[in-house]
Amino acid sequence: MFRFAFRRFLSAVPTLFIVVTLSFFMMRIAPGGPFHLERPLPPQVFENLNRAFFLDQPLIVQYGHYLWNLMHGDFGPSFIYRDFTVAELIGNSLPYSMTLGFWALLIGVGGGVFVGSLAALKQNSLIDYMVMSVANIGITVPNFVFAPLMSLVFAVVLGWLPAGGWDDGGFRNLVLPVISLALPQFAVFARITRGSMIETLRADHIRTARAYGLPSRTIVIVHALRAALMPVISYLGPTAAGVLTGSVVVETVFSLPGVGRYFVLGALNRDYTLVMGTVVLISIFIIVFNLIVDLLYAVLDPRVRYE
Amino acid sequence: MSFHFVLRASAAAMLAGTMLAAAAMPSMAESVIYRGNGGEPKSLDPAHTSIDIEEFILKDYLEGLTVYDPTGKLIPGAAESWTISPDGTVYTFKIRETAKWSDGSPVTADDFVFSFQRVESPKEAAEYATILYPIKNAEAINGGKADPSTLGIKAVDAKTLEITLERPTPYFLQLLAHQTALPVSKAAVTKFGADWVKPGNIVGNGAYVVTENVANDHLTSEKNKYYWDASNVKIDKVVYNPSEDAATTIRMFEAGELDTVYNFPADQTDFLKGKFSDQVHINQALATYYYVFDTRHAPFDDVRVRKALSMAVDRDFLADKIYAKAQLPAYSLVPPGIVGYTASLPDFAGKDQLDREDEAKALLKEAGYGEGGKPLKIDIRFNTNENHKKVATAVADMWKSLGAEVTIQNLDVKSHYAYLTEGGSFDVARAGWVADYADAENFLNLLVSTNTSFNYGHWKNEKFDELMAASYKEFDAAKRQKILSDAEAFVSAEQPVAPFMGSANLWLVSSKVKGWTDNAVNQHLTRFLSKD
Repeated sequence: MFRFAFRRFLSAVPTLFIVVTLSFFMMRIAPGGPFHLERPLPPQVFENLNRAFFLDQPLIVQYGHYLWNLMHGDFGPSFIYRDFTVAELIGNSLPYSMTLGFWALLIGVGGGVFVGSLAALKQNSLIDYMVMSVANIGITVPNFVFAPLMSLVFAVVLGWLPAGGWDDGGFRNLVLPVISLALPQFAVFARITRGSMIETLRADHIRTARAYGLPSRTIVIVHALRAALMPVISYLGPTAAGVLTGSVVVETVFSLPGVGRYFVLGALNRDYTLVMGTVVLISIFIIVFNLIVDLLYAVLDPRVRYE
Repeated sequence: MSFHFVLRASAAAMLAGTMLAAAAMPSMAESVIYRGNGGEPKSLDPAHTSIDIEEFILKDYLEGLTVYDPTGKLIPGAAESWTISPDGTVYTFKIRETAKWSDGSPVTADDFVFSFQRVESPKEAAEYATILYPIKNAEAINGGKADPSTLGIKAVDAKTLEITLERPTPYFLQLLAHQTALPVSKAAVTKFGADWVKPGNIVGNGAYVVTENVANDHLTSEKNKYYWDASNVKIDKVVYNPSEDAATTIRMFEAGELDTVYNFPADQTDFLKGKFSDQVHINQALATYYYVFDTRHAPFDDVRVRKALSMAVDRDFLADKIYAKAQLPAYSLVPPGIVGYTASLPDFAGKDQLDREDEAKALLKEAGYGEGGKPLKIDIRFNTNENHKKVATAVADMWKSLGAEVTIQNLDVKSHYAYLTEGGSFDVARAGWVADYADAENFLNLLVSTNTSFNYGHWKNEKFDELMAASYKEFDAAKRQKILSDAEAFVSAEQPVAPFMGSANLWLVSSKVKGWTDNAVNQHLTRFLSKD
C-alpha cells in the first residue's frame, strides 16, 4: 500500500506538468491582457507594465520563466493585486476556505450519510419522504438563491446573526455560510447513501448475515454501511477537493476572504499568475483526494488490494 | 486538514483575538466607521493604483500637496501655500512645518521629489504616470528616454518644493490632488522596497495609517497621532469592506454592519429610496456614457448618418427608465459641473423627441439610407453588463424605427476595450469616461486625432485639433475655457460620439454619519466625517 501511494505520488508530477502547460497556453487564447483596462492605458505606460511583468517576451520564454519559478516554489507576483504575491494571496485565503469547507463537509457527509441510511432502512416511510424532500430542495435550489435568503432571514429580518464578514471566525460568523455550503452536499450524500444502502440491504452477504441471526445493528453498521459507502467515497474525492478550495458564491454572498473568488477574479482580470496559482492548487487537491479515495477503497472493500 | 488542526487553529485565533481586543481596549468609546468600499484595492501604493475604490483608502492615509474639501473644493493639503510664476510654468510650494509621517519624521520637499521621480521611472511602471506628464521631462523619463533625476522638481530646502512644467497647465493644482501625486515616505520605500505597503512597514502622512490588510475581507486604518490636524479628526478607526457585491453590502448596510456603501445597482434606486429614504445619495459625477461611431468606414463616415442616429436616441428614456434617474440625460461630451466651462450642445438638444425622429429620417434619406435607400446595417458592441445590454437593446429599437437593421454583441470588459484600443473595426461601440481632473480638456482630449488610444472611432477634424493645441498655449483661464468650448462645438456638430448620459455617484450613507456632502469629484475623506 505504501508503494502504491508512492507510485501515485510520482505519477502526479507529470499530471501537474500537463495541467500547468495546457492552462498556461489556453489562458493566453482569451483576448486582452491584465493591463487592458476599461480605460485603456497610454502605449508608453502599457509597455512599461508589460516589461515589468515579462509580458513583452515571447510566449515560450514566458512559459519557461514561469515553469522555472514554479519549480522553485515561486508562483510569481499577482498582476492585479500588486501588493501581494500569488503565494501570499492563496496562502492567506486558503485557511478560511478550508475551515469553512471542513465544517460543511463534516455536516454534509456525516449528516447526509446518517439520514440517507435512515431513509433506506425505513424505505417509503414518513421519514424517508421527509429526507428525500429536503434532499430534493437541497439539490434544486441553487446556492446563489439559498445563501442570500438565509442572510436575509437570519441577519436582516431577525437580526440574530451577522449578514457577512469573517470577523473572528466564530460560530456566529460561520453558521450561515457553512449551512449554505453544506446543504447541496448534504442532499447529494443523502441521496447517494439511500440508493446504495437500499441496494446493499438486498445483497447476498446481508441476507447471509441475517440468516446467521446477527443483531440488526451489527448488520447495518458493520456489513451494510461498509459496502454502501463505496459510491459515497467515490463521490467524496472530487467533492472534498471542490468544497475545501472555496466557493465563489458563498464567499461573495457572505463577504468572506476565501480562495474561491480568486478563480473568478483571476480569470476575469486576466491575472495570469493568479489563474495558474488556482489551477495548481485545485489540481493538487484533486490528486491528493483521489489518492485518499483509492486508499479508502482498500480499507472498506476487502477485495481491493494494492501491491 | 485534520479536525485537530481546525480546533487548534480556532483556539489560537480566539486567543489571539481576545489578546488583541484586550490590548486595543480604549479608555473611551472608540469611534469606528465601516465603509463599504465598492471593491478591493489593487494596491496601497499610489504608483500602482488608478481608480476611486483605491483612492478612498489612499487619501485617508496619504495627503497630497492639494486636497478636496467635503464640498469638492480644492484646498491646501500637505502644502500650506504656493506661488505660481507669471508664465504659469513654475510652482513653488511651502510644505507645512507641522506635516509629519506616521513614524513621527517630518514630511519634506525631498519626499515629494522622490515620489514624483519614482512615479515617472519606467521601472516602477505606474499606471497613471500620465497624470504628472505636464512636469518637465516627465513623459521622456517615463518612456525611458531621460533619467528620473532630470524631472522638473526640486527641493529648494526641507520645506520648499519647486516644480517646473513642460508648458503652462491651467489645471495643474487639480492634478496634484490625484492619487498618483500622493507622496510616499522616501525612508520607508528605501528601507522596505516593494514591501513598504505591508501593514507594519507602511508609513503615511494622512489622517490615518493602515494597520491591517486582509485581502477580500477588510482593511483597517487607525488615526495617525502625528497628523498635523489630528486634533480635528473625529473618527478613530476606519474599517473598509472591499466587497464588490452590491447585494451583500446593501444587506450589511441594512443590518447596520456598514455605515456607507459605494455603488449600488442603479435599477434598485426606487426600491432603496423606499427603504432608506434620504440615506440614498445620488449626485452628478464628472463622467459621460457615450457611443462611438467608427468614422473610418461607410456609412459612419457620413456626418448626416451619425447625426441622425444620435438625435434619434431618447436620452430621457435611457436615464429615467433604465437607470431610474441614477444617470442624467446628456448631449455634450463634457459633463456639467466643471467650474467656468460652458458646454457646446448640438442643435437638436433642445428639440422635442418626435421632431428629432422626423429630422433624423430626413437626414438619413438625404444620405441615401433608410426607406427606399440603401439598407442601413448597424452592429452595436458593448462590454458585458446588464445595464449596458438594456441600453443597447433600447437604442437598437430606436434606430430600427428609422429603418435600420440593428444587431448587438457584447464582450467582457477587457476584450471589448482591447479590441477598441488596438484599432479593431466596428460600427458603433459603447464607451465611458470618468474625469481624472475637473477640466473640459480631460474629455475633449479623447477626440484629438493624435490620441491613438482613446479616439476609438478615429475621427479627425483639423480645426478641432488646432483649437485643442491652442488651448494649451492660452494662459488666461476665461479665454482658454472659451477655446475649449469652441472646440467642443465641432464635436457637437459632427457627432463622432453620441453622448447619452452623465453618470451619477451612488452612495448609501447612514444617518449616523455626519459631515457628508455630495460633490461631483466624489471625494469623501474620513477626516472630515464624524459618527453619532
